Amino acid sequence: MEDIIIRMISRISVPFIMVFGFYIILHGHLTPGGSFSGGAVLGSSMILFALAFDLEEGHKKLSHKTSTLIETGGASWFVLLGLVGIYAGTGFLANKTGGFPMGVPGELVSGGMIALITLGLGLKVASTVITLFYNLIEGDSHD
Amino acid sequence: MVIMTTILNMLLLLFLIVCAISVAKTRDLLSAIIIFAAYSLIMAVVWQQLEAPDIAITEAAIGAGVTTLLLIATISKTRREE
Repeated sequence: MEDIIIRMISRISVPFIMVFGFYIILHGHLTPGGSFSGGAVLGSSMILFALAFDLEEGHKKLSHKTSTLIETGGASWFVLLGLVGIYAGTGFLANKTGGFPMGVPGELVSGGMIALITLGLGLKVASTVITLFYNLIEGDSHD
Repeated sequence: MVIMTTILNMLLLLFLIVCAISVAKTRDLLSAIIIFAAYSLIMAVVWQQLEAPDIAITEAAIGAGVTTLLLIATISKTRREE
């Protein structure tokens, strides 16, 4: 499907959608939204790219293997951040007692490890959405 | 101001009901999916009116975006008519 209008509009708007997704993810502890909403926005921007161009172009930007790796890496990142609390001598996912700096409430750098957790989970949700789409589009051809 | 908000909410809910009925009545599945996307978009505004902006963002991204794309991908694999 060769449509110059759809391709140009998606080429222009995909970076802005991605920036908005990262904004929702990184401001998860301050404003409405968080890892799930921002990850869904990120994933749908990538799906828009793969739909407007060919599936091969989408695979060049983010292959199926890479999105599966990011998906498993996000879950592992969550567990690793939780284990930091156990290493510090308190419970699983301990925030302040685990040694994370708290910062000033209401500013961007605050809330300890919440921003790190949200970043990992947001990337996991985004790659989950993309992997779902790739699996459905590729069908039986993929192992 | 309050009466205008009430009128807006009534219009949104009316549009929501019309969309929900027409999704079930439409025989063409591609049209049904597009009406369902419009339903999700109106639902996002309704969540915002109910003072749940968190759910509104999620509804706009998941309901109007990802669900529509996945259903259209399913149609491209199967038949368009019911």
